[in-house]
Amino acid sequence: MRDFQTSGGLLRALHPATLTRWLVSGPPTAFMLLFFLAPSLIMVLASFRFPGAFGGLAPLIGAGRAGEDTGLTLENYQFFFSDWLYAEIFVKSLVVALVSTLTCLVMAYPLALLIARSPKRHRDLMVLLVILPFASNFLIRVYALMILLGPQQALASAVNGLLALFGVAPVNLLFSTFAVIVGMVYVHLPFMVLPLYTNLEKHDPSLLDAAQDLGANGWQRFWRVTFPLSLPGIFSGSALVFIPVLGMFAIPDLLGGTRDILIGNLIKDQFLGTRDWPFGSMLSIMLTLVVLGLAGFAARLGRRDRNEET
Amino acid sequence: MALLEIRNVVRRFADFTAVDGVSLQVEAGEFFTLLGPSGCGKTTLLRMIAGFDAPDEGELLLDGQSLRGIPPEHRPIHTVFQSYALFPHLTVAENVAFPLRMAKVAPDDIRRRVQDALEAVHLSEKQRHLPHELSGGQKQRVALARGLVNRPRLLLLDEPLGALDAKLREEMQMELINLQKNVGITFVFVTHSQAEALALSHRIAVMNRGHVEQLDEPSRLYSFPRNRFVADFIGKINMLEAAVLRSTAEALVLDVAGVGEVWAPALPAVAAGQRGMFAVRPEQVRIQSGEVAPAGVGHNQVHGRVLDFLYIGDVTTYLVELANGTRLEALLPNTAPGRAKFFEADDPVTLTWSSQVGVFLDA
Ligand SMILES: Nc1ncnc2c1ncn2[C@@H]1O[C@H](COP(=O)(O)OP(=O)(O)OP(=O)(O)O)[C@@H](O)[C@H]1O
Ligand SMILES: [Mg+2]
Repeated sequence: MRDFQTSGGLLRALHPATLTRWLVSGPPTAFMLLFFLAPSLIMVLASFRFPGAFGGLAPLIGAGRAGEDTGLTLENYQFFFSDWLYAEIFVKSLVVALVSTLTCLVMAYPLALLIARSPKRHRDLMVLLVILPFASNFLIRVYALMILLGPQQALASAVNGLLALFGVAPVNLLFSTFAVIVGMVYVHLPFMVLPLYTNLEKHDPSLLDAAQDLGANGWQRFWRVTFPLSLPGIFSGSALVFIPVLGMFAIPDLLGGTRDILIGNLIKDQFLGTRDWPFGSMLSIMLTLVVLGLAGFAARLGRRDRNEET
Repeated sequence: MALLEIRNVVRRFADFTAVDGVSLQVEAGEFFTLLGPSGCGKTTLLRMIAGFDAPDEGELLLDGQSLRGIPPEHRPIHTVFQSYALFPHLTVAENVAFPLRMAKVAPDDIRRRVQDALEAVHLSEKQRHLPHELSGGQKQRVALARGLVNRPRLLLLDEPLGALDAKLREEMQMELINLQKNVGITFVFVTHSQAEALALSHRIAVMNRGHVEQLDEPSRLYSFPRNRFVADFIGKINMLEAAVLRSTAEALVLDVAGVGEVWAPALPAVAAGQRGMFAVRPEQVRIQSGEVAPAGVGHNQVHGRVLDFLYIGDVTTYLVELANGTRLEALLPNTAPGRAKFFEADDPVTLTWSSQVGVFLDA
């Protein structure tokens, strides 16, 4: 036994515990490498190439078809920075994502708190109700929203009737930024509720007793105990909403107006519409960089908070 | 006027009465202990004092003012919870500052008072640590500092030493006594450990099944338990069936099964003919080798044989069987080094005890 263990890496790798670890974590790691890392690298490379004449990519080496440039280029990136239009769409998308995330947070927090403070036997049912919408198709639910927000419907009539009282011209609820945000919030709300609930449910109730005992009223108990302890849940919920909203194209397509083009639509168009893959790749890499930048910023913010506290 | 008065408090849960007519008074500056077995209602009573629960009947008064309807955050009463309940996201200093912040004390004052409180519990150098970086004893100290820093009228402590190991517990007992003496704040302490209660308290209320069995100073509680429950619960005690022969102002004369005539301290309320138990502590019973002749009236004495013994280190307990099969325990300190026992099993011995010790229990 001793000989085996001292005789180098290969035998150590065959040690039962090590072997089990590799067998268990191997397949998912391989899956991630193949279907996440590899496509990402392909995208990075594609963003430096020329589009093919009929979509796809022009060859990297050798001659292309007539009118095709071949090889590597920075043109895609140069084009992005040469027109304010793209920056504008990025900013608008970030604003929509931010507003959707904050709306989700404000709506999800009381709901998660309510579930977490309910008797244990009711909690599972309530969580089930929160994720129940996932049981039906995403597109169908968005179409249902279209009907609900439609011009001849009760909701629009009520809103416009109210506006008329103040002498304001009628508005369209559907095909607006408002409808886009409603759709985003509706679809992503469970992604905010679940991490918040998971966090809040773990809080030790004796902490609230202690806070009350030491003189904290309900408001102070929330802001000084519950809220700071729920920050990890807020961060993960916000990430789970913010990032998908940023890349979402179906909702702006269906619920937004012509001016509600977001990054997601822009990228989708490059691949399915104008068929300019390199430009689309460049856009999604810019998007990834923006998200990573924001995540890094948030992490630093969180750390600074910690340091100031201590 | 007593600082805290509990008047006939009853608390029922569904069909179970957790606190069943408790009345007692806690004086200002006192170290008062609620002692009783698990489930006797100590925590329930404490939660009513803190304001987390309300009595179904009866009244709680602080400084003569009823506490009815006053929520916990407005009572000048703080609690040290058994689980400590330190805020995990706040440092030691911030935890201790919490009650001062809630009371809107000026920031400069807060800093100074937090320092003082941490010094009092010897934790100044840990003030920037988070609770999870502390040992059990240190967490305990933070909880104490946090409970005391805003000088409540009353500090409630619910088995605060329960989670500590024996050695640390003894250390903390000493610190608690000193702390309470120094700050002069009234403590209401809950425990189910009789040793802890005896060591710490000015007065102890022994609770059983939701009511107070006896309320007394530790030494009186130990020497003169009022009934079988208290006698049994506090320390070790020999209990022998007995009948009262004579009851005078000077002494009580009993007929104890297997012993014969026994003289005990007078109990005015007891009358001749009453039946009950004679109880005497093992350390009050002297054990001597051989069969010693009776020394005369008023000297309690009985012969027996050593059945077994238990060496504990500082003392050895001898189990002695009397002629009629009754068993008595006697305790002997091990003063001779390296010697675990003075008697062997089956040795004939004589047990004696003074007429000034022992107590007759009629219930
Ligand atoms: N909220 C409640 N609902 C129902 N029964 C309760 C409730 N709180 C306490 N009890 C019951 O009241 C009795 C007394 O409980 P309490 O917690 O006061 O005991 P305790 O003396 O503190 O015991 P321990 O030493 O184990 O902490 C127990 O039998 C308990 O089951
Ligand atoms: Mg208890």
